[in-house]
Amino acid sequence: MSEYYQNLVERLRDKLGAAVTDSYCRFGEATIVVDKDRLSETCITLRDNPEFAFAELIDLCGVDYSDYGHGSWKGPRFGVSYHLLSIKNNHRLRVKTFTDGEPPMVSSVINIWRAADWFEREAFDLYGIVFEGHPDLRRILTDYGFIGHPFRKDFPLNGHVEMRYDPEKQRVVYQPVSIEARVNQPRVIRDDHRYAGRTTDEGKLNG
Amino acid sequence: MAELHNYTLNFGPQHPAAHGVLRLILEMDGEVIVRADPHVGLLHRATEKLAEFKPYNQSIPYMDRLDYVSMMCNEHGYVLALEKMLGVEAPIRAQYIRVMFDEITRILNHLMWLGTHALDVGAMTMFLYCFREREDLMDMYEAVSGARMHAAYYRPGGVYRDLPDQMPQYTLSKWKNEGDVKRLNENRQGSLLDFIEDFTNRFPGYVDEYETLLTENRIWRQRTVGIGVVTPERAQQLGFTGPMLRGSGIEWDLRKKQPYEVYDKIDFDIPVGVNGDCYDRYLVRVEEMRQSNRIIKQCIDWLRKNPGPVMLEDHKLAPPKREEMKGDMEALIHHFKLFTEGYTLPAGEVYTAVEHPKGEFGIYLVSDGANKPYRLKIRAPGFPHLASMDEMTRGHMLADVVAVIGTMDIVFGEIDR
Repeated sequence: MSEYYQNLVERLRDKLGAAVTDSYCRFGEATIVVDKDRLSETCITLRDNPEFAFAELIDLCGVDYSDYGHGSWKGPRFGVSYHLLSIKNNHRLRVKTFTDGEPPMVSSVINIWRAADWFEREAFDLYGIVFEGHPDLRRILTDYGFIGHPFRKDFPLNGHVEMRYDPEKQRVVYQPVSIEARVNQPRVIRDDHRYAGRTTDEGKLNG
Repeated sequence: MAELHNYTLNFGPQHPAAHGVLRLILEMDGEVIVRADPHVGLLHRATEKLAEFKPYNQSIPYMDRLDYVSMMCNEHGYVLALEKMLGVEAPIRAQYIRVMFDEITRILNHLMWLGTHALDVGAMTMFLYCFREREDLMDMYEAVSGARMHAAYYRPGGVYRDLPDQMPQYTLSKWKNEGDVKRLNENRQGSLLDFIEDFTNRFPGYVDEYETLLTENRIWRQRTVGIGVVTPERAQQLGFTGPMLRGSGIEWDLRKKQPYEVYDKIDFDIPVGVNGDCYDRYLVRVEEMRQSNRIIKQCIDWLRKNPGPVMLEDHKLAPPKREEMKGDMEALIHHFKLFTEGYTLPAGEVYTAVEHPKGEFGIYLVSDGANKPYRLKIRAPGFPHLASMDEMTRGHMLADVVAVIGTMDIVFGEIDR
């Protein structure tokens, strides 16, 4: 499987040229990183070229890299990952693109894959990534009138407000959260590779 | 005469046919839908964010609570992602157990779907029939994991424990007299596998019963034939997977096309629809139940003949045995480290998908080398299905909306996450 995807990545690089800024094949999965200004044209090629035929957008999601590796990330803060599937050729591809700024902007792929509609709304809601060209970019998962983008790394797990029923006002009210954040198990990064590469080569770290 | 305008109708979130907490804003022209705008998120619990704050193993129970009618399949997707990153594979017996329970889960899910879909459309009896069978399947869950629904049974490196040799039995109580107990315990005399086998022998008869009630039923057909038609091209464009895609005539099943675990060693067929309407999707799912039954039978045969370990002996991932811990310092340390810190995954990202009863359930895991996920994205199959609500119902009557919600097999635990 790995060789197939290695080959696919090479064919993609040939076809797409400079639009692909990076590409790699790990864990038996192919990934290409696409320049965000050339995302739309790349996606149209990926969908329409019979060699690739990625007719289906399986998933689209945002990633906030600001805290990656305890802040060792260099590069734009937000990533958007597209998972594509070709039923005709039975292969998959991950397309990534990076963006920065406030608000971070990426062009929408809704006209290429209709399925992007809600996925883009979700990424906007949770990360505040604005998809240019999306006709109806509203919040989807959070409450009506929610403030902030909850999946960003600088948004606390507890949130900022809680709600309760106020018997005097006879309605539900919002108030600042009363619970305190607590860390039961600290987040640690082990560099000694004790868990990596157990039975296959693919799981191995670079070292 | 006064001029008539379109009006909007608020459907849900407490409507019995809304399958939970769907709020639909329908723009109507008389009885005809002009625009449907589903509002979701009323059950949003930020599962993905919560997972970022927990060691990997502690998120397994969260997976049960996503799609709470097909619990073990969700776990399967998550556990496969972890295993892929760790580069480990479960022992073969654990793989068969997983496949068997995936298929039990599929029947569990499809029975729930069939019961509620038929209930929405007006066939009360189906609901009672389906829940009768679900009871036995829940007992299988309980026998193996101790919980009837939220099992947390699959673990990276295998399954939590082997199948029990003795099926738990009913005892006398003030609600159950001797006759009841005897009748209920009849098929519980042997092991769990005997109990499952007894079920697989009975189940095809039950499916025949359901089909007698529905397949040729005039009302059922009037309510489902030609409703919510999706062409194969549109189905791909809309991101459909699973029975929704197969109902439109595309032969696509991850168990066959991108096999995981031991599906490539098992004999089964993929049912495919022709017209892409609600009725075809009904036929596809009913046939899937029969195929699942076939798979379970094959797994039972294999599991009877091949005892063996169900979990890796790797104590970096799986806890050591209690007896070992009494005498072995190393085992004690392993146990302590595993339950306090957990294990770390190599930096990188993976996407794993399983053929969930509702479609493709995917886990996209980004790791920066820590003992907790950096980003976990759950690709819920119902999410793109519900997103196509507007397209599927436009031009239909109000009553058809209920049939379309039913055919999508929506559960809000996974859509809202």
